[in-house]
Amino acid sequence: MASLMQRAVRAAFLAAALAWAGVSPAQADAPKPVIEKAVKGQQCVEDTEYMRKNHMKVLDLHRDKTVIEGIRTKKHSLKECINCHASEKTGSVAKSKDDFCVSCHTYAAVKIDCFECHSTKPQGPMTMHPLNAGTAHYKHKLVAGAKKPVTVDDMAKVAQ
Amino acid sequence: MSEMNPNPVNTGQHEPAPTVESPQRRRLIGAAGAAAGLAIAPGVMLIEVAHGRPEDQPASSAVRWGMLVDATKCATGCNDCVTACSTENGWTPIGESAHPKQAPQWIRKLELQDPLTQMETNLPMMCQHCAEPPCVDVCPTGASFKRADGIVLVNRHTCIGCRYCMMACPYKARSLVHEQLNDTQKADVPRGIGCVESCTFCVQKVDRGDGTTACVEACTASGHNALVFGDLNDPDSEISRKLREIPTKQVRADLNLNLGVRYHGI
Repeated sequence: MASLMQRAVRAAFLAAALAWAGVSPAQADAPKPVIEKAVKGQQCVEDTEYMRKNHMKVLDLHRDKTVIEGIRTKKHSLKECINCHASEKTGSVAKSKDDFCVSCHTYAAVKIDCFECHSTKPQGPMTMHPLNAGTAHYKHKLVAGAKKPVTVDDMAKVAQ
Repeated sequence: MSEMNPNPVNTGQHEPAPTVESPQRRRLIGAAGAAAGLAIAPGVMLIEVAHGRPEDQPASSAVRWGMLVDATKCATGCNDCVTACSTENGWTPIGESAHPKQAPQWIRKLELQDPLTQMETNLPMMCQHCAEPPCVDVCPTGASFKRADGIVLVNRHTCIGCRYCMMACPYKARSLVHEQLNDTQKADVPRGIGCVESCTFCVQKVDRGDGTTACVEACTASGHNALVFGDLNDPDSEISRKLREIPTKQVRADLNLNLGVRYHGI
């Protein structure tokens, strides 16, 4: 009985608070994040859905292994994330508001601390990326001649 | 050679065999070497792999990295080690800094003069990578730590910038980053405002299997050969041989810290 009362009171409070704030739970007017496809790789190191939810855990585990133990495997390294996901326009993952990391983090209102210390850009020219080295020069040709941005599919065709 | 050749490494018959190996190729060779070494017997290595451990293996306490500074060879006015360090690790040299008194300093050149004899000594001073590091003892968060292979580092993820380690270090080896770096960091060397930092023995190079540091490379390239880097635990390494042969000193040996950096000629 008491619990029913409590629940009812809680619901009433919530409704009042939402009404006061002028929002209903169904509305979401914030602009959706722009998720730029990584042009270099075909598939992320883990499932996309898994990474969307858990990338921070993956990175957290890997950072301790790297810093404390000196294990520098590529698979879960932030450096490799940046290598693949750096925007074509800014060459960075966090420079402009549409860049890969910033776009979602702004939407979710979660501050990223990574780039207080880590570089947001891949080291060296983009063509040096291991996934990209073999076909990078094609891409520059395509970009030079193309009217629309070169997509992953276009690159896949070239690679074949 | 066609510009559209999809495989730039395999460039056809007229090309001489590639002498400069790409990083990928080097890694492959390293892995092959390690595998071959394992195949024979423990302790018997077919190919000397210069301490290149596989990248999925943690740093091992079987190795202790150290450096020997020959102050008799260190040249007056030469600053190559400092420049090389700042280039490799992306810190702004004091000369170019807007706030020289606050500028980070991973390595610095000292010129000492004996007041009685007027004899001048040159030497680089940096983190001495103590076996018993006072900076690690005092760190309230555990951010200052010694890696298994003897390299003393700061874990910037846990450093709160209290600077207690800077006070504790007898060598003034550490500095705090006072200003925003605005994405000027090197991809291999993350560093940022509010964290303490110091010489890392170029840990990114060591982990890559280079077996040397930027300052040593620069010193060798300039022809002075005043610096030797290597494994103190390996009796056959160049540094161990030299330490056996020539008299060396630890700076402030009275503190009994068992330093990783040893000096000759001071």
